[in-house]
Order: sequence, then structure tokens, then C-alpha cells
Amino acid sequence: MIIPCPWCGDRDHSEFRYGGDATKDRPKHGTGDLKEWHDYYFLFDNPKGPHTEYWQHVLGCRRWFRLSRNIATNEIGGLA
Amino acid sequence: MKRFRRLAADGRIDRARPVGARFDGKPLQGFAGDTLASALLANNKVLVARSFKYHRPRGIVSAGIEEPNGLFTLGEDATTEPNVAATVTDLYDGLIARSQNAWPSPDFDLMSVNSLLSPLFQSGFYYKTFMGPFKGSWMFYEPFIRRAAGLGTATDLPDPDRYETRYEFCDVLVIGSGPAGLAAALTAGRSGARVILAEQDSDFGGSLLSGSDAEHEAWRTASVAELQGLDNVKIRTRTTVQGLYDANLAVLVERRDHLKPNARKGQSRQILTSLRAKMIVMATGSIERPMVFSNNDRPGVMLASALRTYANRYAVAPEKRAVIVTNNDSAYDAAVDLAKAGVAVTIADHRATVEASHFARAASHGIAVFPATGIADVEGAKGISRVKLSGAHAVSIDCDVLGMAGGWSPVVHLSSHGGIKPKYDEAIAGFVPGGFAPTQFGAGAMMGVFGLAAAVADGANAGAKAASAAGFGKTRLVYPPEHVTDRTYAILPVWSAPQHGKGKAFVDFQSDVTTKDVKNAHQEGYQSVEHLKRYTTLGMGTDQGKTSNINALALMAEHRGISIPEAGTTTFRPPYAPLTMGAIAGRTVGAHFRPVRRSPLHDWHEKNGATFIDAGLWKRAWYYAWAGNSPETAYVKEMELVRRNVGLSDVSTLGKIDVQGPDAAEFLNRIYVNGFAKLPVGKVRYGVMLNDDGVVIDDGTTARISDTQFYMTTTTAQAGEVMSWLEYLLQCHWTELNVQVASLTDEWAGMAVSGPKAREALKLAFPDIDVSNEALPYMGCRDVVFEGVTLRLLRMSFSGELAYEVHVGADHAIPLWEHILKAAAPLGIRPYGLEALASLRIEKGHVAGLELDHRNTLDDLGLGKMAGKEKDYVGKALRFREDCQSPDRWSLVGLELMEPDKKLRGGSILFAANDEIKGHGRGYITSVTWSTELNKFIALGLFQGGLKHEGEEIVAAFPLRNEQAKLKIVSPHFIDHEGARLNA
Repeated sequence: MIIPCPWCGDRDHSEFRYGGDATKDRPKHGTGDLKEWHDYYFLFDNPKGPHTEYWQHVLGCRRWFRLSRNIATNEIGGLA
Repeated sequence: MKRFRRLAADGRIDRARPVGARFDGKPLQGFAGDTLASALLANNKVLVARSFKYHRPRGIVSAGIEEPNGLFTLGEDATTEPNVAATVTDLYDGLIARSQNAWPSPDFDLMSVNSLLSPLFQSGFYYKTFMGPFKGSWMFYEPFIRRAAGLGTATDLPDPDRYETRYEFCDVLVIGSGPAGLAAALTAGRSGARVILAEQDSDFGGSLLSGSDAEHEAWRTASVAELQGLDNVKIRTRTTVQGLYDANLAVLVERRDHLKPNARKGQSRQILTSLRAKMIVMATGSIERPMVFSNNDRPGVMLASALRTYANRYAVAPEKRAVIVTNNDSAYDAAVDLAKAGVAVTIADHRATVEASHFARAASHGIAVFPATGIADVEGAKGISRVKLSGAHAVSIDCDVLGMAGGWSPVVHLSSHGGIKPKYDEAIAGFVPGGFAPTQFGAGAMMGVFGLAAAVADGANAGAKAASAAGFGKTRLVYPPEHVTDRTYAILPVWSAPQHGKGKAFVDFQSDVTTKDVKNAHQEGYQSVEHLKRYTTLGMGTDQGKTSNINALALMAEHRGISIPEAGTTTFRPPYAPLTMGAIAGRTVGAHFRPVRRSPLHDWHEKNGATFIDAGLWKRAWYYAWAGNSPETAYVKEMELVRRNVGLSDVSTLGKIDVQGPDAAEFLNRIYVNGFAKLPVGKVRYGVMLNDDGVVIDDGTTARISDTQFYMTTTTAQAGEVMSWLEYLLQCHWTELNVQVASLTDEWAGMAVSGPKAREALKLAFPDIDVSNEALPYMGCRDVVFEGVTLRLLRMSFSGELAYEVHVGADHAIPLWEHILKAAAPLGIRPYGLEALASLRIEKGHVAGLELDHRNTLDDLGLGKMAGKEKDYVGKALRFREDCQSPDRWSLVGLELMEPDKKLRGGSILFAANDEIKGHGRGYITSVTWSTELNKFIALGLFQGGLKHEGEEIVAAFPLRNEQAKLKIVSPHFIDHEGARLNA
């Protein structure tokens, strides 16, 4: 995969780390009961197709960003 | 009996350059330009191998990468490489080749008794014996099977050769340099695009190299010359594209054995390139299929196209007479070229009617054509003596070789690596690519476009499209050689001979799979092509079924009464051809397998008797020679030094993170379970971090340098993870916080001065700095300047003794370390290593990486009371979920060995006193040490229910050594419960 870092541009995926599902809203700090945090942390959709994920340019500028990636084909849909 | 001869003239061999290789210990002569296969045939070596299961005599079948039989072990001793196809091995001076799977020789193979045992080796043999007929069957058979069936043997010596991996980029990658590939590369090259042409063969031209037409040859050489003249084009021979991956990543492997590379001179034997191509044109050609009939594996039964290649390219022709059996028109090209080389040729054509021009052409070269005729059987034990025909002309013919022209299978492998299944093309009776990604194109025979003119036009078109798609619009198309008109190509799909002789009819030569095996698989219900493959091992050899797959699935389709498209193909996966592990590993072997991290004090440790131990990527000083020659004795002495006197230890590997900003205190207050908002400037606090799910990620200390600046340390192991986690929270979620984090792990060194005399040591080292208990109390910190260099003094303790850490910029680490040692020498200060460091903390009951294994909660580690009740922190909500609150969780305990004559081992499984010693137990020991304070073995561990069981006697079992020992559960704080030493 070639991943477009918002700072550095297109780079090989080996420079990045995957950071999980980015479609969910993290409960604001200091809020949220057990169920809200449970659903946020443990329940995920697993769509076959485009998905929004967190990635970090960990071996580059260390920028975290949201990326659209097709899980079935690895087609990169761009920054989300 | 002589079956092959070297022609007196022509061919692409350089007769002025004789080459001497060794084969099975004897000299083998050939010429530059020969392959090992052509040299063997030129020397009339027809029987060169024994088959995988039955040890049947085998000869070379093909002239290319698809070779199923002619596999040899090359090199010797450390350079041994097994299972290399002779057809892709350049003959060079000094080449050493040995035959495989035959003892003592292929010609006289004692193992061929396997032929008599053939019922044992029927399809599904491995599966059936695995399950029965009696318990332990596999154990019984396995040694026999391993010895009798198999390929070459790899060496277990280290590979002395050098391999390289590298990255490359281009606009257009063209794979294959046949007519279509040359046309594509040249058309794309003329546009100015950066083009790479990869050819697996030793020369460019593909099928053109097997022809004999002078005009075609002139076209080929002109095309290659023009490509060589273009600065924007790189052309590579002996370079196989092994796989295509996401985003047009192609993996190329270049073989350089013919250059006799010398690792000591830095020359690589193979180079693996990860190539990012904007566009890819596949012009991978096609592979001829064998035909399936009785004894079709006799040495001398070869692909018709291979006979043509050997005659035209290598000047090696059958001695006198050849029979060619075919179901299509391409056989006539081979027959004519053999006839030109003076071979008497008979064509047995399965088809009743053949286009008149082919007949006429055959007749003009004196070739006999028998329509509606196939092969009944092939006779001859170690070579062909006679071929029995069946059908309209059921005669027997004495001959040297039998050519098989079963039609052409486009090489669709690479086009399928991205997951696009190939589709069946009735017109050519073969599979063609089922489609392409927008950045990929196909051309020529791999698309089912046969014929020179058509392939060139197709290639030029694909090259122009690829260049245009890469942003290079203007080009000049390449045209075929003049006077070329493609002959018609017609095929009658015939998958099995209408009339069978009694012999085995092989579908897959390399895996020894016969028509009967396919039939058995069908009868036993393994009917899908994927099941057929795994049940019979069809296509699972080093050739990956390049010659056998289509025949096999066609036969299965016949058995099932379905069409070939309905049967489908198996999945094509990389690599396309066998490659060495060395090429994949490249230079990342031995010391270069992974990076090494060294502390800024590393050189001092090395010069001063440290023995090192790997801790993740770090090399850490384990123990020092002053204390002893083995870790078992040295660490105890180093521990005593710290407990009774003072020691100096390198803690530079700790993660060090600078946290700055107006909201830094609020940020730390959120990520640590305990409060940091009100930490005063000049104070240090121990903190624990949780993940969102309430599990402990890491612990460490954080010092407040100013209102807006904090200095955090993490464990060595989690430094990178914690850094990423902080960045994630700040960048993705808590964007309202004005905080910046920066890693200082490599910029700063740290050294711990520990022991009752630690303050005295600092006083001696820094006489002008006030380190009194008042000026620097327990958990205090201060930046001071010593000889112009800023030092960060932190009074904190991992060992439980009076202790300080001195942090300093990495460049100043060694001078400072040496200064402390020298200044405090009158006290008897000495360095101590990781083993003592880790043991001292066990006595103190501090958790570390072995306890913080990302499965434990705060309560599991006895740290629950640390957490703020009022404030919110990461992981607070899920920390209280039901499972985390269970009273039976495995929790931290201290352990004392009750049997002084025994030894405790880390990883031992813990059981209650009355438990049966079996299974996973109720916990395990995480850390063990000899306690110099208590004079016994002590340990930390996780035990079901934890300290609820304090005082109970339990059992530690170490089943690997069949050891058991009685332990007592105690508090994990073995020493100084009140912390008197810390506050001294």
C-alpha cells in the first residue's frame, strides 16, 4: 500500500502503524458510563469494503490521521 | 544409445567459448549460452532424474521455467542449493550439479523399488495413513516416506553468499520480453516514461529466441538495441517478477550466479527489488501443455516447443527420428524446424481435419502427418525405443524422442495475484486473465493473442496505453517485422488419450500424479479443484503445476460432467517461481537481522568488563567482571554492593519523554490513574497508565520541571508504545489540550546511584551541589549545572535503597559516569548490571515488564489504591467491568521458597497445595531472584485470588525439568516495608 501522509505525502505502508477503527466517537474525557465505554472499545463493525481507520506515520513525522481504506482490496480512498 | 546430437552450426551458443561444468562428479562440456539442460541433452544425457514417489526414470521435459523433472542440486557444502531447474540454469565454468532423489544414480536407482509399492502412493496416501489403519500409523510410516520420497536436501551450513534487497520506482514496468513485451517496452520507452523491462531468461526475445527466421531475429536485435540506447529505459535479464502486490508493488529477483559473484568482494548472488511501478504491462507469454497418455513420462518425451527451442537456440537436436503428437497447429512449427535440422518427423494429430496450409508445409519438409491419431503407449525403459500410435493410424514407430503439443496455457499467474480469477477462453482452450486493475495491462500470448504480428501489435498498444496512463501521452508505436503474416491457430481440446496403454499416464510429472489419482479423488469426493490439489498433491511441487494444472482440472471436469469454466482454477499465489530464502532475507541476517540499540555508556561497559544481554533491541550491561564470571554469582555480589554500600547502574534505556505546554499537568492527570495536576515543581511522582479497557499499559516516574514542563520516564520495553499512545490521544481526541510531547530517549542518558552511601557518593562527585535530605528529599528533583553541563538529579529508587538518578545529555554520559566512579572510589563504588538491578526491584516488590504483561488490572498488581477516586483517567470506566472485579483474578503475590535445597525458576506454574499437578494451574512465577537480604530464593508471581491466600503454602511446578517446590505466599514487599531506607 501507498499511504498519503498529510505532512509527508505518499509513502510506503511500512513507515506507518495501524491505529484501529476511526468511525467511532470516543466518549469525551470525564464522561461516559460503563456501557458507553464498552460499546466504544469492544464493539466494531467489520465492513467488507471502504473503512475509515487511524494510522500514524510512526517512522516519519509521527502524525496521526484518519484514512479511508478498502479492507477487501487495500485501495486507499484518501484522508478522511 | 544416442538420442541427441549437437548440430554443427547455428544456435545461440558461442562455440568459441567452451564451458566446463561438473555433473554427478564428472566433467560436463558445453558452450557459453547453454543451459545445464541443453548441455545435458547435447551430451546425450536423457535419463537425468528419478521421479518423486515412484522413482521412475525421468528426462528433461521443457526448455523453460515450467520444468517438472530436470531438478538438480547445485553447488556443494555451504553453497548447496537443491531443486533448481536445469532449464533455467546457465552453464558456466565451475558449475557443480548433482542429480537428486536417486541412489546411487538416476541410471541405476535402488529406490525404484517404490514403483512396485505404487499402491501405497495413491492419492490421499498421506491423509489415509495419518488417520489409520492403527494408532501411530504416521509415526511408523513417516521415516520411510521422508527417506524414499522427496527432492534434494538443503544444507544446514550458513550461506556464505551475499544477497541484496533494494527499492526502485518506475513509470511502466514491462514483464516479459517476447514480441509483445519488447513492443510494449519500446513503445512506452519512446514516450519518455521511465521503463523497466524484466526478463526471466538470460536473453531478451521470449519465443523469438526459439525461432529460426532471420528477419524476426533482425527485428529482435534492433528492438533490444533501441531499448539499450534509451536513457529512460532499464532492461534486465535473469530477473523474475515473483509477485504483484497492492498499489503496483512488484517483487523482482535477479539471479547472478553466472557472474560467479564473490561475497568477499561485496558482490551479490541475487538481488531482490521491491519495485513501485505506476503502470504494469504483463507480457508473460504462455507455456505449452503436455498430453496425457500411457507412459508419457518416459525420458525423451518432451514438449514439442522444447524440442524446437533446443534445436534452434541450443543447436541440440534428436539423433534421427521424432514423433510429435498434437491437438493444435503449433506443433507444425516445431516439426518443420526439427525437419530442417535433419530429423525425420512424424506428426500424430488428434484432429481429423487440419487446415490445408499446415499439411502442405509439413509435406514440403518431408513430414508425415497422421490425422485422427493419438498415442497408445510409449516403450523403452530408460529412454524411448518405440511409440505405439492409436486411432486412424495405429502403427508403431521407432524413434528417439516424442514431442507433445497439447496447446498453450497463458501465464496468467501475475494477473491473478491481486485476486482477479482467470477466465476460460474456448478458442484457445486455456485460461486468460479475468481482468485487470486500471493500472495494469496485458499483451500477447498471456492474453491468448498468439502469432508474432498480433502479439507485437497488442504489445505496442498496451505499451502506449500504459505510458499514456502514467502521464506520457506522445509516443511512436512499434510495428512487427516486415513480411510477417500470422498462421491460423486452431486447437481441438483433447484432455486424455482415447485409447490407453497399460502404463501410468501422468498428469503432474513432478508430484507423480496420474490419471488414476484424479479418478480416485473424484470417486472419494475430492472434486473441487482446490480439494483435488490437496488430496493428490497435484501442482504442489516446485513447478507449482505450470504444466499440469489445466490438464488436471479438465480431467476432473470430464469426470464430473461439467465444463472447464465451471470447474475453475486453483488460486495463483506468489512466488511465481522458486526463490531462495537468501534473496528474501537480503542483508538482514546475523547481526543485521534487526537493529541494535546501544546506550550512550555502551563503550564504557564494553571496555570495563561488562557482559551484555539483549533486552528488546537494546544491548544492556548484564553484569560486570569485577563481581564474577557468571551471572549466577556476579549479580549476588552486585546486589550486596547496593544493599550495603553504593553502586552505579546505567538506566539510559528507560523511555524519556518531554511533556510541555499550558495543559501538560491536565494531560498527565488524564493519562495516569493517580493525580498529577497538583504535583509541585521540583517533585517526582510514580504513575501508572491504563489502556481504555482498564488494563495496565505501563508505569514510570514523571518529574515536574516547571509549571508547563514535565519529564516522564517509561519502562524500556514500552517506550515506543507509550509515545505513540500519547500522540494518539493528543492528536486524535484531546485536540483542546495545548500540549507537545517529544521523545528524549536517545538524547538523554541516565545513571542510578544506589545504596546507603549514595548521598556520600554524590557529595564527593559534586561538592558544590547541595544534595542533603532537605535540599533534595525523597521524590524530589532538581536541574543543576556541573562544569557547565546541566544535570537532572532525581531522588528516586528502584532498588528500595537510598538512591538518585542522574540524567544528562547523551554526549556527556561517559565523562560523567567516569567522574562519579572516580570521585566516589573511596567509598568502594562499582558499576552494577541489569541482573542485579532487576533482582533488587524484586526484593522491593516493584512490578516491571514481566508483571506488566498487558493482561493485568491495577487491582491485580496491588496498585488499586493509587487510583484517584474523584478525578477521571483513561481506563476508569472499564476498569470496573465485571470480569476485572472478579475476586479470583490472578493477582500479584510475593513467594518464598520453603525448600532451601531446591531452586526456583521463572515461568513455573503455581498450584494450590492439594491440587493435582496438571494443566495451567492457578498462576505462574513472573520473576525470581536469590535474596541477599533473606538468604533464600524469592519470587513475584500471579496467583488466583492473590494475597487473600497470604501465608498459605503452595506448589511451583516446572514440568520441563520435572521439578516441584513448596512455596509460601507472602507480601511482595520483601524488604523495608516502612520505606525507612528511601527516606534516609
